[in-house]
Amino acid sequence: MRFKDVFSIIGPSMIGPSSSHTAGAARLGRTARQAMGGLPQEADIILYGSFADTYRGHGTDLAIVAGLLDYDTDDERIRDALDLAAAAGLLVRFKEGRKPDVHPNTATITMRLGDTNVSVTGRSIGGGNVEIVGIDRFDVKFTANYPTLLIYHEDRYGMVSEVTEILKNAHVNISYMEVDREARNGEALTVIESDQRIREEVIERIRELTNVRRVSVIDLASKGGTP
Amino acid sequence: MRFSSLEQLMTLCKEESLSIGRLMVVEQARETGQSTEQIYEQMASYYQVMKEAVRKGIEEETKSRSGLTGGDARRVHDYGRVQQSSLGDEASKALAYALAVSEVNASMGRVIATPTAGSCGIIPGVFVSSQERFDWEDSRLVYGLFAAGAIGYVIANNSFVSGAEGGCQAEVGSAIGMAAGALTEIRGGSPEQAVHAVGLALKNSLGLICDPVAGLVEIPCIVRNGFGAVTALAAADMALAGVRSAIPSDEVIGVMLEVGAAMPEKHRETAKGGLAQTPTGRKIMEQLYGKKGGKPK
Repeated sequence: MRFKDVFSIIGPSMIGPSSSHTAGAARLGRTARQAMGGLPQEADIILYGSFADTYRGHGTDLAIVAGLLDYDTDDERIRDALDLAAAAGLLVRFKEGRKPDVHPNTATITMRLGDTNVSVTGRSIGGGNVEIVGIDRFDVKFTANYPTLLIYHEDRYGMVSEVTEILKNAHVNISYMEVDREARNGEALTVIESDQRIREEVIERIRELTNVRRVSVIDLASKGGTP
Repeated sequence: MRFSSLEQLMTLCKEESLSIGRLMVVEQARETGQSTEQIYEQMASYYQVMKEAVRKGIEEETKSRSGLTGGDARRVHDYGRVQQSSLGDEASKALAYALAVSEVNASMGRVIATPTAGSCGIIPGVFVSSQERFDWEDSRLVYGLFAAGAIGYVIANNSFVSGAEGGCQAEVGSAIGMAAGALTEIRGGSPEQAVHAVGLALKNSLGLICDPVAGLVEIPCIVRNGFGAVTALAAADMALAGVRSAIPSDEVIGVMLEVGAAMPEKHRETAKGGLAQTPTGRKIMEQLYGKKGGKPK
């Protein structure tokens, strides 16, 4: 089932004019911010397909930047997001990208905060729903509809079971999970979607595991929540 | 969810002696683990946003960001007050309210996507005007939104709800089907009658292309929301009177998938065909984006 619940049909509450180009774009921006772990200092935003063709008329640029500022889809500040970003010290650059076989509403957001760089690629699939299809160089797929853990780690045996053990003990149910690695014994990214919000102390325990480099949490339901 | 077709939805309602709206609340709680109170509250808050958008669109003359549209909701509303409208007061009000919400959307105001932003006027147009007419409590409309959601859930998972995928039949058409079915139930129709209303309504929007001028959710999207609200009222009346959809509604949804998939790309929200490429459509695009098809200023 592509649509899982009643609020993916009725909703989201949003600032117009387009659920794909505006609400979905805001969610992509917010997911990117949370993957970064805070407000980036710089963001390069590449828009593809219909996003590239019609972004100004639909306020897609405003919405993505509003997401980077952690505003939800129905925040009236979306209209002024570019000015508010400048005031908050976020430098944004937009580019139109061309790729032959990309979904018509795709964006790649590459961010920098201090020494950390994170890149998020996602697409807006209708009714405000999104799909993330890439984090940095990893091909991973998730919807950001549920609390989601992004665990950057080294590709070593037993890593996944150490993480799932911690989640089991914390009574967190894993609803979906995916691992991608750049090479055998190289860097890997594990994505875990869960049914419940994951407590900070549980995340801390995962961060402390040997071979875990970084953990970020995507939780779009946490209003105004900054990771 | 325990249903994926309207037939299954109807059977579940019968077995559990629940309306479609009440059943949907239970199903949503089952799916998400949230309490039925939490779920009800979220939908109730969405209904408030819808009412606010109706009010805003009628009282404040909204202008879209592009400057192309705005003020039509108020025009229709005022006309209905001064002169006898052809539709009669009640349908005329549903029409004005649907235009109002759609105009608020185009002005970057707050709306609820039902199922999308391009079709966000139809359900509020039908619901808010009916509530005023029959003096219903809010809760009746909130359960109505759950019924609309259940119908939309079946359509979305068996066909399309976005114009980019299936044309305007998927967007405005789905909203008309959802509003028609929900209104039938709110007015005391059985789940079976509600499902017939969905089929009757969808049959009348099959083949509707998505051809927004300059790619914006304004022309013809806003007026289609107005027409959609009136069609939904008509479908609900037919169903309540006992008219049945001769082709079962699930099969109509299947046809929507077939027609949408066969639609050429230029008629699916690309602004490369239909009204968007008429001489006037192209002129508007040039005014906004410049001769070379650049971007809006």
